[in-house]
Amino acid sequence: MAFFDVFFWEVVVSGLLAGVMYSLVALGFVLIFKASGIFNFAQGVLALFAALTLVGFQTGQVPFSHLINAVLGTNIQHWGEGTHTFLAIVLTLLVMIGLAWLIVRLALSKLVNQEGIILFMATIGLAYVLEGLGDIMWGADVKTLDVGLPTGPSDTIIDATGMFVEKLEIAAAIVAVLLVVSLTIFSQYTKMGRALRAVADDHQAALSVGISLETIWWVVWSVAGIVALVAGVMWGAKSGVQFSLSLIALKALPVLMLGGFTSIPGAIIGGLIIGVGEKLFEIYLGPMLGGATENWFAYMLALVFLLFRPQGLFGERIIERV
Amino acid sequence: MAFVDPGQIRDADAGQKGDVLLRVEDVSLSFGGVKAITAISFDIKQGEIRAIIGPNGAGKTSMLNVINGFYHPQEGEIWFRGKKRKALKPHQIANEGIARTFQNIALFKGMSTLDNIMTGRLTKMKKNMFWQAIWRGPAEREEIEHREVVERIIDFLEIQHIRKTSVGRLPYGLQKRVELGRALAAEPALLLLDEPMAGMNVEEKEDMSRFIIDVNQQFGTTIALIEHDMGVVMDLSDRVVVLDYGKKIGDGPPDEVRRNQDVIDAYLGVAHD
Ligand SMILES: Nc1ncnc2c1ncn2[C@@H]1O[C@H](COP(=O)(O)OP(=O)(O)O)[C@@H](O)[C@H]1O
Ligand SMILES: [Mg+2]
Repeated sequence: MAFFDVFFWEVVVSGLLAGVMYSLVALGFVLIFKASGIFNFAQGVLALFAALTLVGFQTGQVPFSHLINAVLGTNIQHWGEGTHTFLAIVLTLLVMIGLAWLIVRLALSKLVNQEGIILFMATIGLAYVLEGLGDIMWGADVKTLDVGLPTGPSDTIIDATGMFVEKLEIAAAIVAVLLVVSLTIFSQYTKMGRALRAVADDHQAALSVGISLETIWWVVWSVAGIVALVAGVMWGAKSGVQFSLSLIALKALPVLMLGGFTSIPGAIIGGLIIGVGEKLFEIYLGPMLGGATENWFAYMLALVFLLFRPQGLFGERIIERV
Repeated sequence: MAFVDPGQIRDADAGQKGDVLLRVEDVSLSFGGVKAITAISFDIKQGEIRAIIGPNGAGKTSMLNVINGFYHPQEGEIWFRGKKRKALKPHQIANEGIARTFQNIALFKGMSTLDNIMTGRLTKMKKNMFWQAIWRGPAEREEIEHREVVERIIDFLEIQHIRKTSVGRLPYGLQKRVELGRALAAEPALLLLDEPMAGMNVEEKEDMSRFIIDVNQQFGTTIALIEHDMGVVMDLSDRVVVLDYGKKIGDGPPDEVRRNQDVIDAYLGVAHD
């Protein structure tokens, strides 16, 4: 293998950029898992739902139009020209925050003190509800999402290095970095962030100093919803908004095994490793194995990894109390 | 408590020394078949140190958990500041002025001493938490005021040298002290301490005793104290309630309780053989 040719580095860079997407989804998982011990199966669907809602607002789709038309015999689809992208993003953020409130109010708050597996089952239910809701509200057709991010290969990078790198992917990486930086500032330097870390560390102690679990869960699910929106937008801009988007959640699983369920840096680095790993593997070893290795490489890597470091790269060491 | 300003005016609800601050009435609590508490009544008076003692498994911790809302008793009532209390959630009870420490230290392990104690101020700064998440400007001033209170608590507990240390790395005795600091930061009307001296050496116990007495005397804070060391209990407390197998078997001033035959039997294990 020629480690220093342009093609190799092109693969690495495109792997890194694809990995950013996995990192984003995994990040949503980690946030919720840290604060509430809930393994949120619905994180991928949350990204889908966010992207659908954004496109819906942007293009001026009438929500539930299929349902309305079926019941009333009308034929409405749109209510006008649509909304400016910026406004549509703000509206979608509000929807995600409202959705978080509903999830906590209607489901999770009823399940406080339940076993992790029960909460996990609840999120599986939530995933189906959200997927159905997204379908009824916005329709199941594949939608194009254009939020004005640059597309095409970057000329500057071609000139400087000879590599073909998509501008969209660079933009995605920049947005992801900004997101992680603002999350860090939020959690380290604000009162709410301190309360969040407190809940993540010790539920009972957090309650005893007057922190409301419901409020914190609402905040966490809102933040996870916002992270999902970012992931949904990036993914949607690249390959269209379609229901298979919810499957990227499955790619987050090996990322979490690699990075550890409770580590934010772990989620980020795990995502990047898987992104690069699966691209390199596909290009250099894929042909020998009949191709399409990207479907399973991540899981195999995670399994091999689990054998040697079950707590993940950055996860806390698992010590059974006796 | 007045870590805020010496000579600060007491809050209007505070009541007079000697008034009943909290009353537990006929409280029973069970877990499935296990009766942790059976029909217990007692009161805690404003300004006193009230010890709760009894052998392991007697129901002492369960009683604190009832008082701070972790457990909701199947029967009985809690009266706080002269009013019957509804079934509140623990964070609401914290906001009503009840703070606590835990038998098995429950600190925020990833945070520094300073940040841990800062969380104790949350009940005092709730109001604009949402604003602050978005816009830091006006909240900055508030943050500084709370920092000053916390620094005073740190001085009081003589833990300046570990202000910035992550609490997970502190020795056990100091962790207990930080936990007390976090509870004090809430300036509670009632402070619940669950075995604050368990596992400490003699010197550490003396320090902790001194802090508890100072908190009670300088700031007039009412304290409910679970403690096994009888010497400490006799020295610190104004009144003692004794539990055994979830029942109350004694209640009164320390030297009276010490002479109570039921209490002696419970501690010697006579009654149950
Ligand atoms: N959450 C719980 N679930 C089941 N049983 C409990 C629980 N908490 C306490 N108990 C039981 O209640 C009894 C009293 O326990 P506890 O209040 O911890 O006693 P103490 O603090 O006096 O040692 C014990 O029999 C204990 O096993
Ligand atoms: Mg106990």
